[in-house]
Amino acid sequence: MTDTGAYRLVAIGASWGGLDVLRDILRDLPAELDAAVVIAQHRSPDSHPTAFRDLLGAVTHLKVREASDKDAVRPGTVYIAAPDYHLLIDSGSVSLSTDEPVLYARPSIDVLFETAAESYRDRCIGVVLTGANDDGSRGLARVVELGGRAIVQDPETAQRDEMPRAALRAAPTARVIPVAEIAPLLVELCGLARVAV
Amino acid sequence: MAVQVEHQPSSAEGQLETETLELHLLLEGIYRQYGFDFREYAPVSLKRRVWRRVQAERAGTIAGLLALVLHDAEVMERLLLDLSINVTSMFRDPTFYAAFREQVVPALRTYPFTRIWVAGCSTGEEVYSLSILLQEEGIYDRTRIYATDINETVLGRAREGVFPLEKMQEYTENYIRAGGKRSFSEYYLAKYEGALFDRALTDNVVWAPHNLVQDRSFNTFNVILCRNVLIYFDRALQTRVHQLFYDSLERLGILALGHKESIRFTGLESAYQELNMQEKLYRKVQ
Repeated sequence: MTDTGAYRLVAIGASWGGLDVLRDILRDLPAELDAAVVIAQHRSPDSHPTAFRDLLGAVTHLKVREASDKDAVRPGTVYIAAPDYHLLIDSGSVSLSTDEPVLYARPSIDVLFETAAESYRDRCIGVVLTGANDDGSRGLARVVELGGRAIVQDPETAQRDEMPRAALRAAPTARVIPVAEIAPLLVELCGLARVAV
Repeated sequence: MAVQVEHQPSSAEGQLETETLELHLLLEGIYRQYGFDFREYAPVSLKRRVWRRVQAERAGTIAGLLALVLHDAEVMERLLLDLSINVTSMFRDPTFYAAFREQVVPALRTYPFTRIWVAGCSTGEEVYSLSILLQEEGIYDRTRIYATDINETVLGRAREGVFPLEKMQEYTENYIRAGGKRSFSEYYLAKYEGALFDRALTDNVVWAPHNLVQDRSFNTFNVILCRNVLIYFDRALQTRVHQLFYDSLERLGILALGHKESIRFTGLESAYQELNMQEKLYRKVQ
């Protein structure tokens, strides 16, 4: 198993009820987090172009941006999947696609997780949060298969428990914890970058 | 002499390495047998499309698909469709078309004649959207739209102008939000096989095969529209295609990209002025 502190990519999938939970997690992550965070949150393409990014950016020390095609994946930065695009990870950068929705979702959490896992392998963490479907379960299984870590929000604490429960069925070895414990665990697994003073 | 096979592709990681090799061989095989060059496409999205074809052909593996492709041109034809159809919709991103009306059309009005290139037009949704918009703005008659795509089958479909009826509700909503001035249903006839769009919308459209990877420019244009096509290319290829667009644009010509694309890292940043940052409209200034 990968050493604690060696994980470099945190892929998070959220659906129904995701915004509040994402804010709780990002609030507790330090700017020096030595990993990049990529988020696929299901949302409407008609939503306000910057509102979601701003709501997350307002509570965290990390840089938050909506991912543009071929953005380099850098530590200390949060990349959000734009609505109506799939977000894929390709050896250190992001790649977008407008291919058909997968299980009605675009962005698809499975697509993000599978490509994140194949690119970062045993340095990848997949986190499945609240949601009312089963997107992310196949992707989370792939993260585990390639040596990464799986974390699932405790279904008992989730606003909608379908997505975390499906993730647990697909990746039974996942750590199941309440939201408040997710950020501390991510810090432990990813470590902090040494910052020049 | 006995040889030992040391590499064991049994683990998930080993399989991944093998798969990467298979994909490389497939693209090389396609290029050498058929001349289509997908070697500089963005590998992650390409791989997902290739796997869809592997499953549809029951080829088992990418290497299995390679064998089929090399010996059966019809399989190649189907794979080409998978690799070259870009999914889009009419008036996708309505705010883009609203901005086009407000910020680009006034400039086009000052020209006696306008040439527009829709590069990578796929099944034509954007071409019809643009034709409708230009017609409503009263400048369609002095516009020629060059709609190109790598795939002639796709172009044929685009030319027919038949789109799924079940999409019309979504397209109508997009059309309204894009500032449409009429009733969207005036533009098509609901037929058994789908929504057949008004033939007049294609009167000034030239449909032509063109491969952004391998072909040169064929004219100069006042507007080049290429939205969500370059995301399927790797960065080196993107840069080359951007040079092709730059060379094909008239001075003060407009380049329109997808919402999450930009001219960053192309070396052409200073050649364009941002006309609308949100909608990714650029004007060539030098």
